[in-house]
Formats: sequence, structure tokens, C-alpha cells
Amino acid sequence: MNSQTKATNLQGGALQKNTNVSKPVSMASKKKWKDAGLFTLFVGPVLLAFTIIVLIPFFTGIYYAFTDWNGVTGNINWVGFDNFKYLFTEDKQFQASFLLTAKYTVVAIILTNVIGFALAILVTQMLKTRNILRTVFFMPNLIGGLLLGFIWQFIFVKGFASIGQITGIPLFEMAWLGDAKTAFWGIVIVSVWQGAGYIMIIYIAALQNVPQEIVEAARIDGANRWQILRHITIPMVAPAVTICLFLTTASSFKIFDANLSLTNGGPFKSTEMLALNIYTEAFVNNRYGIGEAKALIFFIVVAAITVIQVMYTKKKEVES
Amino acid sequence: MENKYTGKTFIVEILAVLLGLLFLVPFYYVISNSLKPFAEILTNTSALPKVFQFENYVNAFEKLNYLKVFSNSLIVTVASNVVLVVFCSMAAYMLVRTKKKISNIIFMTFVAAMIIPFQSIMIPLIKTAGTFGLLNSIWGLVIMYLGFGSGMTIFLYHGFIKGIPKELEEAAIIDGCSRFGVFWRIVFPLLRPITVTIVILNSLWIWNDFLLPSLVLQNPELRTVPLATFFFFGQYTKQWDLALAALILGIIPLLIFFFSMQRHIIKGITSGSIK
Repeated sequence: MNSQTKATNLQGGALQKNTNVSKPVSMASKKKWKDAGLFTLFVGPVLLAFTIIVLIPFFTGIYYAFTDWNGVTGNINWVGFDNFKYLFTEDKQFQASFLLTAKYTVVAIILTNVIGFALAILVTQMLKTRNILRTVFFMPNLIGGLLLGFIWQFIFVKGFASIGQITGIPLFEMAWLGDAKTAFWGIVIVSVWQGAGYIMIIYIAALQNVPQEIVEAARIDGANRWQILRHITIPMVAPAVTICLFLTTASSFKIFDANLSLTNGGPFKSTEMLALNIYTEAFVNNRYGIGEAKALIFFIVVAAITVIQVMYTKKKEVES
Repeated sequence: MENKYTGKTFIVEILAVLLGLLFLVPFYYVISNSLKPFAEILTNTSALPKVFQFENYVNAFEKLNYLKVFSNSLIVTVASNVVLVVFCSMAAYMLVRTKKKISNIIFMTFVAAMIIPFQSIMIPLIKTAGTFGLLNSIWGLVIMYLGFGSGMTIFLYHGFIKGIPKELEEAAIIDGCSRFGVFWRIVFPLLRPITVTIVILNSLWIWNDFLLPSLVLQNPELRTVPLATFFFFGQYTKQWDLALAALILGIIPLLIFFFSMQRHIIKGITSGSIK
């Protein structure tokens, strides 16, 4: 209703100025409103959902990070930077979780990529079983982190104990999830087992794009397998390496599901990564304000990693 | 010369197969033990079951309320995929075809929001969702997946639609077809390859997602497969006979999905990651 009146007003204005072009102007403005209506019809629904689900929580979240909100009462007071001061000076668990997550991320990136790349090389050889092997290596990736964590909980608790009993190898006789160090490596094993197959798929695609003529030419010139890998294959798949490095960085830093189901942060919170720490602060301790301050720091780190990634890949694209 | 199957290749093949078996060991343990009675799991964890018995599955099936949680997961995944595909393809199409500043601003907002990790907005999300009445409802959850999935889905559609020539649509408009009709009759069918990729990526994400439904769905009747498995594990700690069978019941739908769409999944992951 309103828009129509507005449109007629506009037409009226145009009429007064120049009677000769009144017809095309009125048609053009009608079309303009029709276009705006169509635009709203096509973009509106998802934009509305996106605003409610992502934008509003994101911006109100920044506000809550500076309050003492406890999630239960409606009483929310502004506390300035107190939450952040607390995190950096008093909250030892948060600092430990942050460092642990950083350490875990580095270890997981290296292992996932090295193993994923090695698997990709392996299954692009002339093997009879290569298709079934691709499926096997990829399969853990289908299953969500939560179920994988439970699967491995059984392996570490019962499976390892049984293998230890049979073989007598001390490595299997330890209580892996009962000790901070081995529990950490337990999480690493689960995430590498899950992630390597995914990374492998991307490396396979990159390896298949390496022109066979170049490899053939190098071979005729007398290059051995290792030289071909080092001087032809690896430089040719470098863009895929970048993609995979950043994919694993982001996903490792955000680990939650497997952390929850495999160790639940234990023993004694020694394997509590950042995402789980935020979750516990908010939904177990009911300290939403502090939890949100942590979440804001978490966002800044993830955003920084992603921005560096985008800048780096863009630069690479320009170069090549 | 190198492309022939030599003795060396055979050795590589054997090593590769051994590595493949190593990858499967966890599955062996879970499957074989899920078929044993409890006492046998404790005493003979590594051996094959003496007798294959499916009692654990019958029990877990009932205690999990499996049919209910399976259909909850299915409804959430299918409905979320439908709204994501319908609304995001429409939005992406309009954003590509409307050459205005506002289109660019909206598109960049969707893309930029992709870097926001879920954990950094989950706390205020629960409050906002409560205000809009989206909590404790399957449909509220579906709207949330529309919100969270919109960034990547619009991004993938946007890139694809940019490569479609405008001439076809213009011809149809001259023939009297409306914009709405043009999109659904002419453009949308052309989007099929990217739609397949999008549906696969979103399905795996939504089916496996635990954290969002755990915050949104409090009513046990509404639980999805990962949620039900989580509570089941909490309730039957150390009751491995039931827990393992429950795990396998949670994995089976994924395996069926994978083996029926294997080729598309591999292609989808490759193209989804590179963009």
C-alpha cells in the first residue's frame, strides 16, 4: 500500500517537471518497484533466517562479553573489560585450554596432511585395490566426531587392553584415557584417522592434474621416483597443500565433538580444548558473560586464521 | 615402463592393503564385540564372537527408540536441505542478476559470516532463538540450519550461476515468462550439478551435527541420532554390549548413504573444498 502511494507521488513529481516523458518515467518507476518486490521475494526469506540465527546473536554476543550475564536471571550488568581481565590473569583453565588447543592444532595439521598426502600418493599408483582402498581410507570421515569419539573410547579402554594382554607390548597396556599425555594423543589419533581420508581426496584430485607428459619427460631424462616427487609433483600440487593446510587448521582449532565423547576434557580437565571450555563455562557453570568473552577471543583467532588464508591464496593465484 | 605391474608394485600393494586393514581395525572391534554377550566382551575382546547373536541390537533398538530418533534425523536433514536449496538458490540467482551495490553488500555479508565459528555465537543464539520461539522444535532447528548453512550454500550457488549465460533467460522473458517462472523452469534445472554437491555436503554436516541440536532440543521425543547416542552412552556407561550396538545403529544410515552416492560424494568434496 505504502509503496504504491510513494510510486504515484514519484510519478506526480515527474509529471510536473516534464509532461512529455511522463509515460516512460512512470513505467520505469513501476518496473523499479516490481524489481524491488522480486528482489525481496528471492533474497528475503534466507536473509531473514540468517539475520535471526547468525547476525543478531553475533552482535548481541559481543555485547554480552562485556556483561555479567548468568543466563538464568534477566539481570545483566555492564562490567567493561572485567571478563577479559579475569581470563588473562586468573582463569588458568582457559589459558591451559588455549595453549593445548594451539599445540593440538599444530600436531593435527602436520600429521593429517602428511598421512593424507602419503595415502593419496599410495592410491594413485597402479594398484589393483586402489579404488577399494580409497573407500576404506575415506570411510571414517563420513561418521561424525561424536560417534568416532565413542568408537575410540572402546578401542582405548577395551581394545588396547586386550591387544596388550595378547602381545605384551607396554604401549597397549597403558590406560590411554587415564593419563593427560596419552589422552591428548588419543584425540590426535582419532582426528587424524578421521581427517586423513578427506585430505587424501583433495590431494588425489591435485595429483591427477599433474600433466603426465612432464613426469614422462623427467623419467626419460633419468630422474628417479624421489626426484620426480620432490621437483615435479610437490610443486605442482602446492595450491592443494595450501587449501588442505588451512582446512585442517580451522577444523582442528574448532574441535569439539570428539573431545567431548572421547575424554570429555578428562582426566581432570587436562584435555579440555577451547570449544569445550567455552561450552562448559556457559552451559555447565552458567557464566554466560565470561563464556561469551571466551567465545569472542575464539572468534578473533579463527577469523585471523581465515583472513590470512584468503589473503595468502589470493596472492598465490595472482602469482601463478 | 613404469606403468606395468611389477614386483615392486606388488610389494607396495601388500603394504597398502595392510594399511587399509589397520584403518579398519576400529570397525572390526566395534562390530565383532557388538555381537557378543557382555561377559564375552570383557574376557575376549579381540576374538571373533563365539556365536553371532543379535540380542544387543534388539535391546539397543528399543532402548534408543531408534525408529523415532532415526525419523527425527531424517526429517531434520531432508527439510533443512529443501529450505537451503530453495531459498539459497533463489537468493544467489537474484544477487548475481541484480547488478547493484546492495546485492554485493548482502553477498559479502553472507560470505564474511562463514568465518564465524558456531561456538562463538551459540550462547546468545539460545536467547535469540527463545525470543523467536524456535527452541524445542524440529522446525526451529530447520530454520537454524537454514541460517547457518546459508553462507556456504549461497557462496557455491553464486559462483555457479555467474557462469550461466543470460541469453536463455532473456529469450524466455520476451516469450512472456515471469522472473519466477524463468528461475524455476530454466535456471534451476541448470544448477543440478552444484545442487548435488550442496546437498551432499549439507547432509553429512546436518546428520552428524551434535552441538546445535543438543542446545535446541530438550524434549527427549525430538532427539536426533547423535543426540540419542550421546545420552545412551551417558546412561549405559560401561555397558558395552548395548553401547556398541547403538553405535553401529548410528553408523548404518551413513554407510548406506555413502555407498549409494559414493561417486557424487567424492566429487562433491573435491569441488566443495577447492572453492
